[in-house]
Amino acid sequence: MANSYQLKRVDFIFRNENDWEKVLSSILKRTPQQLINELLSSELKGRGGAGFPTGVKWKLTAEAEADKKYVICNADEGEPGTFKDREILSKVPYKVLTAMVACGHVTGAKEGIIYLRGEYKFLEQELKKVIDEFDYYCNEINLDFKIRIFMGSGAYICGEETALMESLEGRRGEPRNKPPFPTQSGFMGYPTVINNVETLVHTFTIFKYGAKKFYDLGVQYSRGTKLFSVSGDTPKPGIYELELGMSLQDFVYEFGDGDTKAVQVGGASGFLVPRKKFKDAAIGFKGKLSGISLPTGGSMMLFNSSRSMFNVLDNYLEFFREESCGQCTPCRVGCQQLLLGIKAVKRGDKPASYLDKLLRLTETMQLTAKCGLGQSVANSFSSIVENFREEMIY
Amino acid sequence: MDPIQSLIKDLAEKHGRERENLLPIMQGVIEREKFLSEYSMVEIAREMDIPASEVYGTATFYSFLETKPIGKYTIRLCKTITCAMKGKSQILFAIQDMLKIKLGETTPDKRFSLLETNCLGWCHKAPAMLINNEVYTELTPEKVREILSGYMKQNGQF
Repeated sequence: MANSYQLKRVDFIFRNENDWEKVLSSILKRTPQQLINELLSSELKGRGGAGFPTGVKWKLTAEAEADKKYVICNADEGEPGTFKDREILSKVPYKVLTAMVACGHVTGAKEGIIYLRGEYKFLEQELKKVIDEFDYYCNEINLDFKIRIFMGSGAYICGEETALMESLEGRRGEPRNKPPFPTQSGFMGYPTVINNVETLVHTFTIFKYGAKKFYDLGVQYSRGTKLFSVSGDTPKPGIYELELGMSLQDFVYEFGDGDTKAVQVGGASGFLVPRKKFKDAAIGFKGKLSGISLPTGGSMMLFNSSRSMFNVLDNYLEFFREESCGQCTPCRVGCQQLLLGIKAVKRGDKPASYLDKLLRLTETMQLTAKCGLGQSVANSFSSIVENFREEMIY
Repeated sequence: MDPIQSLIKDLAEKHGRERENLLPIMQGVIEREKFLSEYSMVEIAREMDIPASEVYGTATFYSFLETKPIGKYTIRLCKTITCAMKGKSQILFAIQDMLKIKLGETTPDKRFSLLETNCLGWCHKAPAMLINNEVYTELTPEKVREILSGYMKQNGQF
């Protein structure tokens, strides 16, 4: 039944809190172990999309032995359909900075770096001002922690954590092999916590209001809230903070235009869900949710019946072909061949069965590509081709 | 010392000569020169004491570090899915028509270059474009003509 369900709107992230100094000093009064325990019991998972438990990341870095450690805020928001981090950094930057200091307190890092994508250069001046004020306050309370901004220069792959570190070190943004993970060997080879902008803000909420408040929201395995970037064929595009675990059906009742054909969850590297599967799909991390669970960095793109799914896939593949760093063969050649392949099928130069070959190619890429970019091309490719095969052919 | 040499020297003094400062130095050159010429790249390499091929290899990885001559105003029109759905092509035609250049070209007076780019992060206000670092959203052909006229007037020509 349409409109019988109301999505639970939450307001934590953009809530204006004028007391960050107080929150910061209460954080600094707690021991690293206490703070780690709070994060662990909140079950906060990374909000960039991958969903690694934040408490574990901080704990591993805290335990690593080194003379230097770093905290990095990943603001290289490049996933198609995502625009929440920019909003956070322009509306509540002090929460991000406070959380970075908290992370420094926990791990022993003395330096924080915000990696800001080149496309958001216009944010730099304002953000610098906030950092200066923040810095002034840290000096006053004798806190040894410095934050600086590092500008990216237009490369989607630099959102991948190890590629980002290569870029920070002045190199091509090519992902590294893992392990070692950044918690052991990150920026300049030192233990590094790298968190998404939104993840950091959630830690602020947890440290201010307590882990329970956060844990009580959401569902099992997917606790708390999440910012969703809603775009495409919707009467109300924008940024919304919602509880995790909602069904896609409810989401579409709220945001659809009455003609929703499919929703892309998680951007070009995520999954396309066709209408018939809305009911079974829940937004959250993998767990024991019945049906399909869809992790997302928050990108929700709606398509109505006027859209050609071939064009959508064509657009994604062109994106991946351009943004593949070219380092590993499965991704470099795979993205090119997928794009050529679907065009050839559409033209009739290849038989429809060629799509199955391409599906096998994406499986190979999923198994053999070096990083998440090449591995996740299979997500959108297979979910579009399997659900809208006829649109690829005719 | 020529202007580019001294610019690079200043940037190296400001940021430091370690490898991790290569991006900020290149970005500094771009800010003034708009692109990294072969000469600039060789100079950066000399100043930082690294092979010029390393500078070139790094520069060519990043789409905002141009290594070919480019106009004073670089228009980067977003072509990713939501902008494509919301009428990016009409915006592209309007710009091409007004500036009399095609995608990837620069106006003969070297003032405007027209490029497409991947997701700018304004999908809720599509279509969007950047002119240098300035963002313009919810574009229509009329709106984009108005914006470009503004830039043209700034230069007192056309």
